[in-house]
Amino acid sequence: MRGIDITVARGEVFGLLGPNGAGKTTTVEILEGYRTRTSGEVSVLGEDPSRRSIGLRRRIGIVLQAGGIYSHVTPREALRHWASFYPHPRGVEEVLSLVGLQDKADVRSRRLSGGQLRRLDFALALVGDPELIFLDEPTTGFDPEARRAAWQTVRSLRELGKTILLTTHYLEEAQELADRVAIVKDGRVLAIGPPRELGVDGAGGNRYRVAYRNSAGELIERETDDPTALLAELTAAALARGERLEELSVGRPTLEDVYLELTAASSRDEDA
Amino acid sequence: MPDGLALTWRQYRLERRMFWRNPSAAFFNFVLPLVILAGAGAALSGNQHQLNRLVPMIAGMSVMSTTFTALAYNIVFLRERGVLKRIRGTPLPTVSYFGGVAANAVTNTALQIAIIVLAGKAFFGIGWPAHWEELIVFVLAGVVCLAALGVAFAHVIPNFESTAAYVNAVFLPVVAISFYAFDSSSAPGFVRTIAEALPLKPLIDGLSGAMVTGVGLSSQLDALAVIALWGAFGLYFAIRGFSWEGSRA
Repeated sequence: MRGIDITVARGEVFGLLGPNGAGKTTTVEILEGYRTRTSGEVSVLGEDPSRRSIGLRRRIGIVLQAGGIYSHVTPREALRHWASFYPHPRGVEEVLSLVGLQDKADVRSRRLSGGQLRRLDFALALVGDPELIFLDEPTTGFDPEARRAAWQTVRSLRELGKTILLTTHYLEEAQELADRVAIVKDGRVLAIGPPRELGVDGAGGNRYRVAYRNSAGELIERETDDPTALLAELTAAALARGERLEELSVGRPTLEDVYLELTAASSRDEDA
Repeated sequence: MPDGLALTWRQYRLERRMFWRNPSAAFFNFVLPLVILAGAGAALSGNQHQLNRLVPMIAGMSVMSTTFTALAYNIVFLRERGVLKRIRGTPLPTVSYFGGVAANAVTNTALQIAIIVLAGKAFFGIGWPAHWEELIVFVLAGVVCLAALGVAFAHVIPNFESTAAYVNAVFLPVVAISFYAFDSSSAPGFVRTIAEALPLKPLIDGLSGAMVTGVGLSSQLDALAVIALWGAFGLYFAIRGFSWEGSRA
């Protein structure tokens, strides 16, 4: 870790996005109180997480990247037990239905599938009705359907006003869920902002991508920070020639474009 | 508001439920010493001198198996599976968690000793324990000492797959050497010395005094001191070396 400076607002879904080994889990585990920072300042709901106070742990919910559960206990029993740790827990039945485990509520966890266990992870993190929820790579290894279902759960948590810190290496997941994203690599923040605006003040500046097919049928792509002027120039020239700009489009770079560019640029810096 | 004691109770109840739902653990930690007692007791039937030695030996081994062995297994399993890490992230106080786990081990040991005492009375010609208070003192000291050593030992075991090898590498020689030194007056001096320095032989001595020979607690203080020293050693390393996270996670 070299320096990650982020502030997550109440009620926000914040995504930490980066390749494996970027420092996402280390960052989250410092915030969760599993690891102690070597330097810098950390505040979670106004407290220093390294003190590991019970008061703070009552207000947070944690979905670990790989957290196990007792094999001989059913989801309903586990949730009842977990609920007893918290002063104002949510109802066990409500949580079971929120994550879609009603049908498996009385099956011992050793007989649950990977996806069902992951839902139980969510349920155990939610049963204490936390204000702040940490989701460390919540959908890694999911099939597309299970991923959509998990996303729906995260959205419903957001609607309940929960603050969520999410790590992921799936760009689509960050784009779908996060209000703001920080792209991290090698323990540093490369860019931060809402997914759709990341191109704006990211490494690429305020960029738009203008694409069209010229009279020879070639696909032309131009980048600009002033699409109005470029379009005026292109269209005026085309009209003067009596041509059409086929398939004309103006777009912002996707999160993927920004991500690939930033992580590649950071690798070049390393080599230089 | 959940308080520490209520949470300890809840954890204890969950541990009890899980114990009986896990047949292999229940068998190895619980039934096996009783099976050995029944088998060896039947073989030695009629030889009261041998039976008088067998019953406290099995009682001592039961204490070790329900505490040292069971806890080393469970802690490594829960650590490597990520259960301990998950528990650490909740508001469950550490004291409540370990209180529940320890109370579970105490219950298992108490049940075993009760069964052995009853079997001794009913089948093996051994009367009721001569000194109940001595029995309780030695069982409790043995539980604290061997449970702490089991938790401390879990720290040495690198992964769940090797747990059986690690645990048996300690359990079997300690049981063998302690049984030999306790049972045979012709055991070589160095075997005797090693056995006296380990916690199991003093525990068997104490249990034998309480259950069979009637040698009182005041004559067994050196045995109690050895157990206490091992207990202090075990507690120190159980707490200091405790790891909530597996190597994998």
